[in-house]
Amino acid sequence: MKSYPISIKPYGERAVLVEWPKEVSESILADILDFMDAFKELKTPGWEMSVAYNTLTMVYNQDHIDFEDTKNMILECHEKQAKSKTERIQHLWTLPVCYDLEFGMDLEEASKVLGLSPEALIEQHTSYQYVVYGIGFLPGFMYLGGLPSHLEIPRRAEPRLKVPKGSVGLASKQTGIYPQDSPGGWNIIGNCPVDLFDPKKEDPCFVKVGDKIQFERISKAEYKLHKIEGEVGIYEPEKVVLNA
Amino acid sequence: MLKVLKPGLYLTIQDLGRYGHRDIGVPIAGAMDVESVKKANLLLENDENDAVLEITMTGPTLQFDTDTYISLSGAHIAATLNNEPIDNYTVIQVHKGDILSYGRLEKGFRGYLAVKGGFQSEKLLNSRSQFYPVTKSARLKDGDEVPYEETKSYEPKISEVKIEEHFENSTLKVYKGPEFSLLSDEQLTAIFTKTYHVSKENNRMAYQISELIAEHSHTMLTSGTLPGTIQLTPAGRMIILMKDGQTTGGYPRILQLSEASISILAQKKYGDELRFKLI
Repeated sequence: MKSYPISIKPYGERAVLVEWPKEVSESILADILDFMDAFKELKTPGWEMSVAYNTLTMVYNQDHIDFEDTKNMILECHEKQAKSKTERIQHLWTLPVCYDLEFGMDLEEASKVLGLSPEALIEQHTSYQYVVYGIGFLPGFMYLGGLPSHLEIPRRAEPRLKVPKGSVGLASKQTGIYPQDSPGGWNIIGNCPVDLFDPKKEDPCFVKVGDKIQFERISKAEYKLHKIEGEVGIYEPEKVVLNA
Repeated sequence: MLKVLKPGLYLTIQDLGRYGHRDIGVPIAGAMDVESVKKANLLLENDENDAVLEITMTGPTLQFDTDTYISLSGAHIAATLNNEPIDNYTVIQVHKGDILSYGRLEKGFRGYLAVKGGFQSEKLLNSRSQFYPVTKSARLKDGDEVPYEETKSYEPKISEVKIEEHFENSTLKVYKGPEFSLLSDEQLTAIFTKTYHVSKENNRMAYQISELIAEHSHTMLTSGTLPGTIQLTPAGRMIILMKDGQTTGGYPRILQLSEASISILAQKKYGDELRFKLI
């Protein structure tokens, strides 16, 4: 796979922003992840890296940095990365969603706007695989790409003060899950009973950037069961390994 | 245990922050005015990352159930121990049953209470800083108890620290942010020549600026944000992200506060003046 051109900008005293071409694309994301793997191979501890779409924010927690030195180190690493590809394990996660109207308070309204029946909307929403392009905004909140254009619907005119934890929403080009109660303006069509962020776990967020998500329709009874399984810590989300 | 009899406006446990988890959306959190926390801990010969209490504007009423030593720093909020006035930046012995309370806010906005050895609340993701949903609650409430270890006798070796209070300083030093080049001449002139004020919307997540600058219609893909990042909304509102600020954002990041300026801003309240100076 080819490498893309990158640009590097200073970002305060101890961070830089590395930018790839400004588009949402799986091959750009793969290039960013390759770069991160290559950078980790350099074994320079203290760097924290976070991806969002076409950018990588790199923060050095230990000290202030020299921008030019850092820039050169990054460019050198980016140049070398193509030669030393590492195998990356990525997963496709199947996340259960209950689309019952008790949870999906905007399902009927959103269906009308999209010109679909609620059944057809659910069928469409569950038939695509969405790419995780970043995690941010709230702990465990995934920025998902790959929503088909016929499911694009504007945000609600009035945001809600409290969208319940687990709510699955649609808003313009995005779909996603609120990992905690939060104010928000997305159109809520269902609820996912799985904890996407659990600070008590060694790995508080099982989904990684580059993974894919597919939603699976479940009944209210299954929803309750998964909730209980989650509370007692025996729920394991379904996953398959994707070829990186 | 330290018992919270009254929490005041906003009382939290903070160390210097929670690092290494921004890739899953966890903000750094930690004390807003890092400089003041380091001084309070230094006086007690604590580790600089030991947990302290962050007090916001109106002070709490707190009762100690074990002997120890404390030091106060940051905002001046007329603190008293058993009704006797006590000063910031001195080591004070407290005994079982003593009550620490606060009066009128005189200077600054956020005060700190350090205890010998640091507060020992649960560490989550390697930090004691309160941040919901990493910690169960975002702040301390009436009746909460915060653990610390007993210290019967201790001879303070550091009797004085160099105090550089920054309450009078209203100039925030800024670096160019990633989207600095999107600013128009009109916006640039406004930012660096006018005086601004802290809006009512100010908290541990972000400080908004009251005055608007010229509107813009730039759009960008969501990207990483840091404490001290100044975002510009399409309406021309400057929003300065602080320690609990989200790790990603979709507004142009026009400027980045220096770390020292984050501590300065942390001591500002609604209506206080601000100016921006490019480094």
